[in-house]
Amino acid sequence: MLNKEELIRYNRQIILPDFGIEGQEKLKSSSVLVIGAGGLGIPNLSYLAAAGVGRIGLVEFDEISLSNLQRQVMYKTNQAGESKGKSAVNVIQELNPNVLVDYFETRLDAENALEIIGDFDLVVDGSDNLPTRYLVNDACVLLGKPLVYAAVFRYEGQVSVFNALRKDGSRGPNYRDLFPTPPPPEMVPSCNEGGVFGALTGIIGAMQANEAIKLLAGLGIRLDGRLFLFDSQYFTARFLNVKSNPDNPVSGDHPTITQLIDYEAFCGLSEVENEADEITVQELYQMIKSGKTPFILDVREPYEYAISNLNGLNIPLFELGLELERLSQNETIVIHCKSGQRSQKALEFLKKEGFSKLKNLKGGILAWQKEIDHSMEIY
Amino acid sequence: MKIEVIAFGIAKDILNGNQVTLEMKEQSSVADVRQALVDLYPAFQGLASLQLAVNADYVNDDYLIKENDEVVLIPPVSGG
Repeated sequence: MLNKEELIRYNRQIILPDFGIEGQEKLKSSSVLVIGAGGLGIPNLSYLAAAGVGRIGLVEFDEISLSNLQRQVMYKTNQAGESKGKSAVNVIQELNPNVLVDYFETRLDAENALEIIGDFDLVVDGSDNLPTRYLVNDACVLLGKPLVYAAVFRYEGQVSVFNALRKDGSRGPNYRDLFPTPPPPEMVPSCNEGGVFGALTGIIGAMQANEAIKLLAGLGIRLDGRLFLFDSQYFTARFLNVKSNPDNPVSGDHPTITQLIDYEAFCGLSEVENEADEITVQELYQMIKSGKTPFILDVREPYEYAISNLNGLNIPLFELGLELERLSQNETIVIHCKSGQRSQKALEFLKKEGFSKLKNLKGGILAWQKEIDHSMEIY
Repeated sequence: MKIEVIAFGIAKDILNGNQVTLEMKEQSSVADVRQALVDLYPAFQGLASLQLAVNADYVNDDYLIKENDEVVLIPPVSGG
């Protein structure tokens, strides 16, 4: 039953054709899990809370950083360094005190995913990496939960509804029908690497919230079996029809994945942290101090290089393939980025191109600032 | 026959743009388009496992393409 406050608060959607008190009551009695409170998570959390979803779960472990604020419009400048999740929970509770909020301050992984997801009716994926996307997909398929998917890159966004229950009792296609095999990591740049247009995350995240609310309130035609693509730079959009693949390893005719797997390894990211391929900032500092400065390759973007650098040669990760002639196979190359992730991808890439004398600077320029040069500007 | 290839995401970087026209033999399949792309753009090898869509539908590798078809390349993107 809705109380008087709720009837007033939700009036503009209760009077909508097809929504009504019935739709509102369905929302109130339902629960959604939002993975990530970033560019996509924020519009989702805002609209789901405002619309009156009964219980909202949030999985987030990260801190607010200055470079989030260009698109993560829920956070304030003076909150840099604070917990994203705690801040987001406060905002949505103030926005709508009727909503119960469950906050999971953790990284979603194969150990905890089934337990966390199992307690919700629907999942909204706003994560920022490929292993988590396969993990969330597989967990939703195994648990029979609908999944509202979206992802962004530069000026482009993708949205779809996966594993939706259809009238005939079957389930709609899922992420593995769309992307059966993950490409090599260097082909899947994150927003940190490739950039992302701020307003785009709002558009795509709001579309996700739109689908989540429709699914919960049981109205409209769902984005099930269709992938929506939006290119905000050219302002073009496209729908593609996705079919269930009988060979899908988690939902096909003969499933081979019946429990969660190691998704980092599946996506080629299991940093088999080969120590032989690593160098610490202390080791590099000692080399420089003793006059044996190695060849340093900085695979960050030029704007990052401009903020602070280690006097290395700056070739952004995604231009490496075009600039190989600037590198020598005969001398050791120390590769670094901001935290060590992009440089790991660069190392894997250069290995495939035949380079063998490679070292990844562990912890990147952040570790350098922390352990060697505190005066260095970080971002 | 001519077909259009429409690229999204990182595939735009590989094709140097969001659209290229390919000249294909009659009776070419989606697998042949994939091979033609690898031949023209070696970096496309990294996306060779990509599912391809023709016009508005994801199709299998043996699907035969026709003149003026649009082949759409959509690599996974992970950002959130």
